[in-house]
Amino acid sequence: MSTISLEHVTKRYPDGTEAVKDLNLNIADGEFIVFVGPSGCGKSTALNMIAGLEDISDGELRMNQKVVNQLSPKDRDIAMVFQTYALYPHMTVRENMAFPLKIAHMPHDEIDRRVKEAADLLELAEHLDRKPANLSGGQRQRVAMGRAIVRDPQAFLMDEPLSNLDAKLRVQMRTTISRLQQRLKVTTIYVTHDQTEAMTLGDRILVLRLGTKQQVGSPQELYDYPANLFVAGFIGSPSMNFMPGELADGMLKWPLGEVPLPAETVRRLEQEKAPRDVIVGIRPEDFEDAALVEGPKREQGATITVKADVLESLGSEILAYFPVPKPKAAQMDELQRVAAEVGTGDAPGSESTFVARLSPTTRAQEGIAFNVWLNTHKLHLFDAKTGKALGR
Amino acid sequence: MTAVAAPAARTARRARTATQPAMPTGRKVGWAAANAITIAWTLFPIWWLIALAFKAPTSLTDGSFWPNQWSWSNFSGIFHGTAFVRPLINSIGIGLISTVISVVLGTMAAYAIARLKFPGKSALIGVSLLIAMFPLISLVTPLFNVERVLGLFNTWPGLIIPYLAFSLPLAIYTLSAFFREIPWDLEKAAKVDGASQRQIFLKVIAPLALPGIATTSILVFMFCWNEFLLAISLTSTNAARTAPAAMGFFTGVSQFTFPIGSIAAAAVIITIPIVIFVMIFQRRIVAGLTAGAVKG
Repeated sequence: MSTISLEHVTKRYPDGTEAVKDLNLNIADGEFIVFVGPSGCGKSTALNMIAGLEDISDGELRMNQKVVNQLSPKDRDIAMVFQTYALYPHMTVRENMAFPLKIAHMPHDEIDRRVKEAADLLELAEHLDRKPANLSGGQRQRVAMGRAIVRDPQAFLMDEPLSNLDAKLRVQMRTTISRLQQRLKVTTIYVTHDQTEAMTLGDRILVLRLGTKQQVGSPQELYDYPANLFVAGFIGSPSMNFMPGELADGMLKWPLGEVPLPAETVRRLEQEKAPRDVIVGIRPEDFEDAALVEGPKREQGATITVKADVLESLGSEILAYFPVPKPKAAQMDELQRVAAEVGTGDAPGSESTFVARLSPTTRAQEGIAFNVWLNTHKLHLFDAKTGKALGR
Repeated sequence: MTAVAAPAARTARRARTATQPAMPTGRKVGWAAANAITIAWTLFPIWWLIALAFKAPTSLTDGSFWPNQWSWSNFSGIFHGTAFVRPLINSIGIGLISTVISVVLGTMAAYAIARLKFPGKSALIGVSLLIAMFPLISLVTPLFNVERVLGLFNTWPGLIIPYLAFSLPLAIYTLSAFFREIPWDLEKAAKVDGASQRQIFLKVIAPLALPGIATTSILVFMFCWNEFLLAISLTSTNAARTAPAAMGFFTGVSQFTFPIGSIAAAAVIITIPIVIFVMIFQRRIVAGLTAGAVKG
């Protein structure tokens, strides 16, 4: 078990491209931290540098306060689980799990004891003498986990360990990993491109984009107070809705009407000297069918009339998709860049599609106009040029 | 090449018949006939050779497919004295030594080529392929002179060294294709598991490359075993002359008798090691040894 800290860590390739730029991060002993971001954001490169599989071009990597930049993977005492599992196909499950211990010249009875313990923990006991080729995807994944835990290492590094499993198994393994980590209390770094995995597993989440740290924080922090447009669009499912707007005299003017902002927000915006052009974000869950919102709560928000073109019923909730016209000549560059990276599909055009998450008791119907209430206290404001969050 | 490809094709065929519905009888008969004709066409010359080898010297030219009288006399003839025995030993020795050296060096070179980035890598591959394609005949005269000066003419190393030069590119090329198939993640996993570069190669990579090593061994051995041009040009006596070359020096009982029976018997004998070699190694050439390493 150990603390890991990255100080100005940079990965620069010979052609000059930087996969990871000046990354600073302190990981506490026993912490479960998730690196998340779209493909090519540098999360796997960062993990490989911590593992020692890639050289660190600049900066320092410390484990338990000791600089380990120059140490080879075998001297860092870390275990890694790969996306492809990377089981040795010519060895049985038992031999696979014993491999790191044999390399370390551990006595035979100790190896047997540890392999048995890990196999029991992961329900692999009856498969110990089989070869990886004869195992199912989930079993292979567990063998890969087993090979990591027999070591009793300083830290676990997991590189998208669940991406090759089907959806149901993935959810199941997610809880297994969570439980395992709580039990073993080993510092864990987990890399994924799936924000749901990140939200459910991590004590803290590091969001990366193009090699740069966007935000570090607990899942709730990232959800409630995204530091910028990118984090806002990446975290949450369905993603946050975005629309350009204008700030003037404590009012927000945007295609869904003029909305008075809470006094606290206005004060902070003034302090920050916020620009006039902003991008407004609102999460699908901050909408509701206006007919179902009553009393004082209704006063906290605004009501607009929309016409949903698609309604998706998920049983516990209904997702309503409705078009919203975009204002002309708005500065949308950053928004479109983010949309393309995050994959929210906000295509350039005169309309955006908004998603609202409504209670299943709603009477809304496709193609018929109805009133939607939105919680103006939950609006997120971003600088239209830089994408930075405003008024927080 | 066919010897190597055959097992894989056979597995594929087996898999296909297992999943496909039964063929209609008409088509089955058609296929059976086509197969029979092809097999007969390929095996006929081999049978002719075997029949010749077993015919008594007096009935050699009777033109029948089946020896009227089975006789070992051709075989006992070639094994009488050292005219064939010594070249056979030379062939086995030179073939095995060349194969071992070539495969060991080739494995290491191919691993480096498949796994490492180093300056001049593509040039190295290019040059080695160029050597493999060089027409042997253009090198015979210079090699003859070089070997005479160095005292290598008519010795085992005198053949082993040029054989290595020609078989190494082949070995490197085939093996690097096999190494490239081995998932890179396995190496990373072994590295994180604490293995040194040597342990990674010996415990993880080499066992997985065994089918490739077996295939390459067969190819290299066959090349050395069958090689005729250098064998006849760079040797002068039975000290280093290999079996194919020696067969060219067979003489009949008198200068007017053609030694066809002895040649046929020798041809049968020199085919046997190839058959044994392929049988030993083909078991290792199991398709999909790396299955299960990655993904589900």
